Amino acid sequence: MEAFASLMGGFAVALTPENLLWSLLGVTLGTAIGVLPGLGPGLTIALLLPITYKVDPTAAFILFAGIYYGAMYGGSTTSILLNTPGESATIVTALEGNKMARGGRGGAALATAAIGSFVAGTLGTLGITFLAPMVVKFALVFGPADYFALMILAFVTVSAVLGSSAIRGLTSLSIGLFLGFVGVDLQTGQPRFTFGLLELLDGINVIVVAVGIFAVGETLYVASRYRYGRDEIVPLKGSIWMTKEEWRRSWKPWLRGTLFGFPIGALPAGGAEIPTFLSYYTEKKLTKYPEEFGKGAIEGVAGPEAANNASAAGVLVPMLTLGLPTSATAAIMLSAFQSYGINPGPLLFQTQPQLVWGLIASLFIGNVMLLVLNLPMIAIWVKMLKIPAPLLYAGVLVFATIGTYGISQSPVDLVLLYAIGFVGFAMRRYDFPTAPVIIGMILGPMAEQNLRQALTISAGDWSVFFTRPLSAALLALALLALVAPHFWELMKKPRLEHPPAAL
Amino acid sequence: MQSRRDILRYGLALGAASAVPMSGLFAGRAEAAPPTDLKLFVPAAPGGGWDQTARSMEQVLRANGAVTSVQVTNVPGAGGTVGLPQFVNQWKGQGNALMIGGMVMVGAIIANKAPVKLTATTPIARLTGEALALVVPAESPFKTAADFVKALKADPSKVPIAGGSAGGSDHILAGLIAKAGGGDATKVSYVAFAGGGPATAAILGNQVAAGISGYGEFAEQIKAGKMRCLAISADQRDPAIDAPTLREAGIPVDLFNWRGVFAPPGLSKEQVADITKLVADMVKSPAWAEMCKTKGWASIPIVGDSYGEFVAAETTRIEAILKDLGLAG
Repeated sequence: MEAFASLMGGFAVALTPENLLWSLLGVTLGTAIGVLPGLGPGLTIALLLPITYKVDPTAAFILFAGIYYGAMYGGSTTSILLNTPGESATIVTALEGNKMARGGRGGAALATAAIGSFVAGTLGTLGITFLAPMVVKFALVFGPADYFALMILAFVTVSAVLGSSAIRGLTSLSIGLFLGFVGVDLQTGQPRFTFGLLELLDGINVIVVAVGIFAVGETLYVASRYRYGRDEIVPLKGSIWMTKEEWRRSWKPWLRGTLFGFPIGALPAGGAEIPTFLSYYTEKKLTKYPEEFGKGAIEGVAGPEAANNASAAGVLVPMLTLGLPTSATAAIMLSAFQSYGINPGPLLFQTQPQLVWGLIASLFIGNVMLLVLNLPMIAIWVKMLKIPAPLLYAGVLVFATIGTYGISQSPVDLVLLYAIGFVGFAMRRYDFPTAPVIIGMILGPMAEQNLRQALTISAGDWSVFFTRPLSAALLALALLALVAPHFWELMKKPRLEHPPAAL
Repeated sequence: MQSRRDILRYGLALGAASAVPMSGLFAGRAEAAPPTDLKLFVPAAPGGGWDQTARSMEQVLRANGAVTSVQVTNVPGAGGTVGLPQFVNQWKGQGNALMIGGMVMVGAIIANKAPVKLTATTPIARLTGEALALVVPAESPFKTAADFVKALKADPSKVPIAGGSAGGSDHILAGLIAKAGGGDATKVSYVAFAGGGPATAAILGNQVAAGISGYGEFAEQIKAGKMRCLAISADQRDPAIDAPTLREAGIPVDLFNWRGVFAPPGLSKEQVADITKLVADMVKSPAWAEMCKTKGWASIPIVGDSYGEFVAAETTRIEAILKDLGLAG
């Protein structure tokens, strides 16, 4: 109950009118930058760092936390409406979300994303409040070998987005793996596939690829089909809000997404994308409406959206308990701590309780504000779908171009965006699934680096993957996830096939 | 870049009245020396060490009344080697411009075989440095740096060392230590992590035998007793740090992750003198000393011609160790 009393103290700090205003400013700004691809919370907070010279620390961190949570909300909006993910953690949201929007359920998709984010963000923040010390102990047990096993488990999720042909799906995956290898290799410092271009040494940004394939590729495809009949976007079908049925189908994915997002977000090398993949895979396997997946299933939006917001809360666990920045945004927030002469570390909770608990309380408040801010906005957002297709898609291109340029002001990124856009168009035209590209690009380099880190530590001994209990358990789980569904099919099939034959 | 930064500033200023000083938006003109409208070129993303150096300079120079406006431009990528050609070519002859750079850039230029070198710029001054620390997990059997070096010499594959990306300052120090201890630099079992957070997690979780990174990266973990600092790479003992230098521990190595400023090429003698004076006055000011203390940077100024010689010597030294590590040909 000590944590509870401290949290109440935190609310006393965060609930002053001035701090509420900072929180409101933060969530508004965060939502706005989340909407724009490329301009993420890390960059925004970095640009706002100079305010640390003028504003007191509690207010600054309340502002930053608002931006951080807000960006996760905002990122889903463009994923759903325009198929243009604003953040890499909302890429999965676009898969089902955009299909829902085209089928007239954009309002429901946005609502389940917003409410799911609220539920996951709140549960995640509760997790920070009460479970942080335990979670962080668990997180440190993870070594490179265990991360590699986790990546292998995540690779299984590719099967959920393979589409009708495994060959095509695996081809897409290979394209993604290849794109992920571009750049300087972390372990040896040697450039790979950079063709002598300095701009490629840091690798290709996954947002450039996602926006290129989804937004630019899609736009080109729509334009190429335009003469042969209009694309059937239904702006609105039925109520703008979630129906009772949609509520019923959303609440379990929200909770399961949170269970994936929070612990994996708390892992120092976990990230926000993997829980969204795992959540999508799980929902697709558990749903009672498998035929809707790929055509706009609400579970496929509710789960991943909850997962990415819960992981945003998880990332704060190692930052607040150990002073470990495990994402770019957390690293920049840490440098803000340092501007105040506060050294975040294992003793932060003891030396700066007012600041830490004020920050945690403001996360709760920010979550409520985001919900209040976003739900009424949905009615306005879905109007966007009534814009005639040529104008809408022209807007998407402008949006994608500006956002991509915003990532690092590099013309090379723009060339890449359109080159990848053409690849995306060709993939759509010849019926290759596009999601495996992104999954391969995110998981490939992570799996490779963790594999090599693990092997360097073990001096080349491959048995580490089976002798470490965590790693062995995760690999067994991956095998199970890969084999069990097929096994299940085999068991079921004969019974279905034989009776008609007997007739 | 600049225009977006300003948009954000306007937005913020509207939202929060006095949050950001507005004077920078109404820039004065460069007239008599030294320049009063400074332009800082940061070849890295906002938020990192070079960016913070630039923003700290902005803060101090304004507070001292030395300049009326400061513009910061970020061109991130590949350890500064994406920004460097742009600075050299497009900012040529601008007497009010400075680029932030440092040891990391020296290493990146060699490792990336960058076509434009630091010799194409006009070196002005070294400003700050951060010593690196050699740490072990609290449970580690190594009590001293000598213990560690002995084990490293005996079988490098048994003592994996965690740090930042391959070829960076952490890796360079690992190589220097191995070599100075009589071992083979190429055999060092170096585990590169993407940044200080994941590396620190691996050390705390006892996944590796040791870690190397900036002292500031580990300071709080050391204070909390979760890690032990065996030695730091400074050239003399720091009274604030309870650990010997590598030299004191019998390993004749010192290494600073230093940061400094460079002017573009094509400046007249007067222009060089003016901008050098601006920087020299800044490093002597109490406000700068205070800023370095807050940020945990050692103020280690070298101003003028001797800075150029220092950069050249560092380039030679780093090139040699990168060759030893098998990272430069």
